[in-house]
Amino acid sequence: MKNLIILGAGTAGTMMANHLHHQLQSPDWQISIIDEREEHHYQPGYLFLPFDIYEPEDIIKTIEEFIPKDVKLFKQKISRIVPTENKVQLANGDELAYDVLIIATGAKIAPEETEGMKGSEWHKSVFDFYTFEGALALRNKLRDWQGGKLVVHITEMPIKCPVAPLEFSFLADSFFKHKHMRDKVEITYVTPLSGAFTKPKATEALEHLLHEKGIHIESDFAIEHVDNEKKEIVDYGGRTIPFDILVTIPTNKGDALLERSGMGDDLNYVPTHKATLQSKEYANIFVLGDASNIPASKAGSVAHFEAEILTDNILRYVKGEPLLEEFDGHANCFIETGNGKALLIDFNYTHEPVEGSFPFAGIGPLRLLKESRMNHMGKLAFRWIYWNVLLKGTHIPFVSATMSESGKKFD
Amino acid sequence: MEKTIAGKSITVNEEGYLTDFSQWDKTVGETLAAEAEITLTPRHWEVIKYLQDEHKNQVALSIRRIGKSGLVDIKEFYQLFPVAPLKTATKIAGIPKPASCI
Repeated sequence: MKNLIILGAGTAGTMMANHLHHQLQSPDWQISIIDEREEHHYQPGYLFLPFDIYEPEDIIKTIEEFIPKDVKLFKQKISRIVPTENKVQLANGDELAYDVLIIATGAKIAPEETEGMKGSEWHKSVFDFYTFEGALALRNKLRDWQGGKLVVHITEMPIKCPVAPLEFSFLADSFFKHKHMRDKVEITYVTPLSGAFTKPKATEALEHLLHEKGIHIESDFAIEHVDNEKKEIVDYGGRTIPFDILVTIPTNKGDALLERSGMGDDLNYVPTHKATLQSKEYANIFVLGDASNIPASKAGSVAHFEAEILTDNILRYVKGEPLLEEFDGHANCFIETGNGKALLIDFNYTHEPVEGSFPFAGIGPLRLLKESRMNHMGKLAFRWIYWNVLLKGTHIPFVSATMSESGKKFD
Repeated sequence: MEKTIAGKSITVNEEGYLTDFSQWDKTVGETLAAEAEITLTPRHWEVIKYLQDEHKNQVALSIRRIGKSGLVDIKEFYQLFPVAPLKTATKIAGIPKPASCI
């Protein structure tokens, strides 16, 4: 019997287990998945938690309920991958041999990378919302905050879900308006980029929205440290921005496991072929989702599109057939803009987000790069789709793994 | 689009970055630096040379990478190129603006 091991039971790993267990079955194959955690979190929900839009129970389920029964789940800490010997060492001393390995260990925040970030004000006036604990601490702070300077800040790219900090700013504007205290809150958006987003067309649309909502933007800000006493952030050029509440997106890094295994780059991401998703160093290792260094967004939608293509490629690999160079970097993201509206963007390695309709050319019902209520309904419906369709590896009708160019307004 | 830099016609993109590195030489670098109000010292040239080499080797450039280069730390990089240093330095070096992120 051959062994396929998946490391990580988050969005990407869980989808792969569900795709592959139909294909690689006993007695020829045993699929195993390893994750030390008990809970599966709907990470996009962290955005809504601080504003009391979602409750903790909306976004937490057990890992177990999404893993097929014929897949072995090991709830163990992984100490090391030994790629030259095709085995994984667990913290309890056990060793598991593999024929094919899938790395889906994700990315996490590393506030310790910035001096003073995880200092005396951490989770008092300096918050993250990329962890459950951070989002919850921020919710409790915002519930009775009397106003002041709210600074939303990105430390460095790449980060998971690069639109989330913008969405946070828009939702904050909406939240304080509803509490009739918008005039008491000054919102500033601080980014190391030269504009609101990485792609020109979307940047234009998003900067217009920031302006419309009275959110100041401070660009090209490369943070050096957080001053906990003066409550300000300081960049390498000496620029300072004061805050009463700092909501920061710390540096994101791949799992420390990759560093321990000597397999990561300087941010612990695994060098990966961007079209096949095969590791650049080891032919029997594949990398999915946030764990890889491919130049696509670190987002659940990307992992979803990758999973469809990776399933084909793994089946080809085990049959000794050449891999398909098919993944095009496709990402599809709702951007909450507050007041019950949202934008939708759809893009890949080569095409930036543009205006148009989705998923049906000329019809929609969703509008690309334009605010609408329908897009917002789409974002809210997505939580149900995530738990009931996406994780189970079911194909989402009419949405293809590679990006469609029809119905879009390219120049 | 075409732009006259140091008396020569050079092809640049809409943000002013050279699109063809073979058109770059030291006088072009000096002129672009002057536009950014920077006077190039030997230390600047060391950094510019480093950026060009990294680009040639297809290394994705980032502020973090430069901090770990062993050549300059981030603080000094900012002293050399005070405003948006990576964007300014790559422009002077005649290489594309780093696509830091998605």
